[in-house]
Amino acid sequence: MLSGDVQADRVVPPTGFTASLTVFAAGAMAFLAVFALALSLATGRLADRWGDELARSSTVRISAPEGQLANQTQAALNVLETTTGVASARALTPEEQSALLEPWFGPDLPVDALPIPQLIEVIEEAEGFDPQGLRLRLAAEVPGAVLDDHTRWREPLVNAATRLRLLGWVSLLLIGATTAAMITLAANAALAANAQVIGVLRLVGAQDGYIVRAFVRRFTLRALAGAGVGVMLGCLAILALPAAQDQAGFLTGLGFRGWHWVWPLAVPPLAAAVAYLATRAAARKTLRDLP
Amino acid sequence: MRRNIAQVCPVRHLEARGTKGASLIELENVAYSYGGGELLSDISLELQPGSFHFLTGPSGAGKTTFLKLCYGALTPTSGTVRLFDVDRREMERDDIAMARRRIGVVHQDCQFLDHMSVSENIALPLMVSGRDLLGEAANLKELTGWVGLKERANARPPELSGGERQRAALARAVIMSPDVILADEPTGNVDWEMSQRLLRLLIELNRMGKTIMIATHDLALIRAAKAHVQARVLRIANRRLQLAGADL
Repeated sequence: MLSGDVQADRVVPPTGFTASLTVFAAGAMAFLAVFALALSLATGRLADRWGDELARSSTVRISAPEGQLANQTQAALNVLETTTGVASARALTPEEQSALLEPWFGPDLPVDALPIPQLIEVIEEAEGFDPQGLRLRLAAEVPGAVLDDHTRWREPLVNAATRLRLLGWVSLLLIGATTAAMITLAANAALAANAQVIGVLRLVGAQDGYIVRAFVRRFTLRALAGAGVGVMLGCLAILALPAAQDQAGFLTGLGFRGWHWVWPLAVPPLAAAVAYLATRAAARKTLRDLP
Repeated sequence: MRRNIAQVCPVRHLEARGTKGASLIELENVAYSYGGGELLSDISLELQPGSFHFLTGPSGAGKTTFLKLCYGALTPTSGTVRLFDVDRREMERDDIAMARRRIGVVHQDCQFLDHMSVSENIALPLMVSGRDLLGEAANLKELTGWVGLKERANARPPELSGGERQRAALARAVIMSPDVILADEPTGNVDWEMSQRLLRLLIELNRMGKTIMIATHDLALIRAAKAHVQARVLRIANRRLQLAGADL
């Protein structure tokens, strides 16, 4: 395919609007494909992070009158230390609690002066613990303790991220299908415009495979070149996005990390494969309809 | 010294094909309908190796359709067409393509690829059959000279005169050393002198053993040919194929 047949390449006139259309369509679709890939991979990372980090951690909130807070916190820690499936548990320091509230109340919040509940961070072992059993024990021994195992809000977040990832892959499929449709249109136009060429080739004894190859190779290489340019521009655009920051979360994390930069390199060969199949099918169908 | 066409054309395959005595193209009770009307009816003919045929008849009688049936471009409505002993209906598309390599066709409108040079157009059958053009370069050059187009080899087809186009089409038709040459009004767009020149080329090919069929309404051409070659003259009239009368 890449080395080609120079003689066969000569039989189809080299110019025409279909050449520009194919290159442009492949380039534009590859550019979009890079963004769809970035979206899929970024949401995938997000879903994994939320899933992993939140699934293995829980929080116990102690709400008690000021004089009892320390005792109840210690009682809760004692319960947690003897609970199967709990790897560790520790009470957050006032500074850590202050940092959690900082995005809402600013950096100078006097945590000590406010009736803020004490938070205990619980890290689970791989097999996890029985949340219902722990709740019952806490209710019996630490009346002011409430266990939050994050299930309530982790699942919707993970679901949202998973669906975004799915949306990204569906977008990629649609981009592939659109590329195929546009290249098929361009190939059909080229085949119609070259009806006389095909007629002459058939007249002198060209087999269908020869005629198909003459068109397919040309469209495949055009799609490869167009997609190469599109991917290059797409990657430059991704690089130009703001760097990932914790403050801005997901939006600034849209892009490729590490070996994920290899993924865009797969787009031009895939575009070429789509063009190959689309042109081949269009050419075969056109030739079948000829006497 | 100018070489004979037998030396120029790659004719080495002709004997090996072993078709002597058998029909190259055979039509048996063939009918062809188009647009609801029957254009040809009950046509039977065998083209023997080395034979020379003229096909005549009024415009619209079906001469071109008849030739297209002969090279497998059309499928008969009824009856049987056999190309090199194989029923046309049983042939795959690629089989028909292979059969066309043994049938050189010269159209009145020549049908060239205008973006390629004359010599490339002449070499087109070699290209599509996967032959190495470098290896055939000498033959191609000689053949281009044989039809008198050596000086025009690098020109584009639209730059050629009517006669030059016909000669180029003839060169393209014979470059694969086909068994049969079908020419559809090859002298339709050329003057008398050029038509005589084309006729001489076709007679020379026939003397090499090629089977020739020329569709023409030019009776003077037929009379001129009969002075040099034993030709059978067929006429299509009233949808049927007839042997033409002694007036020719």
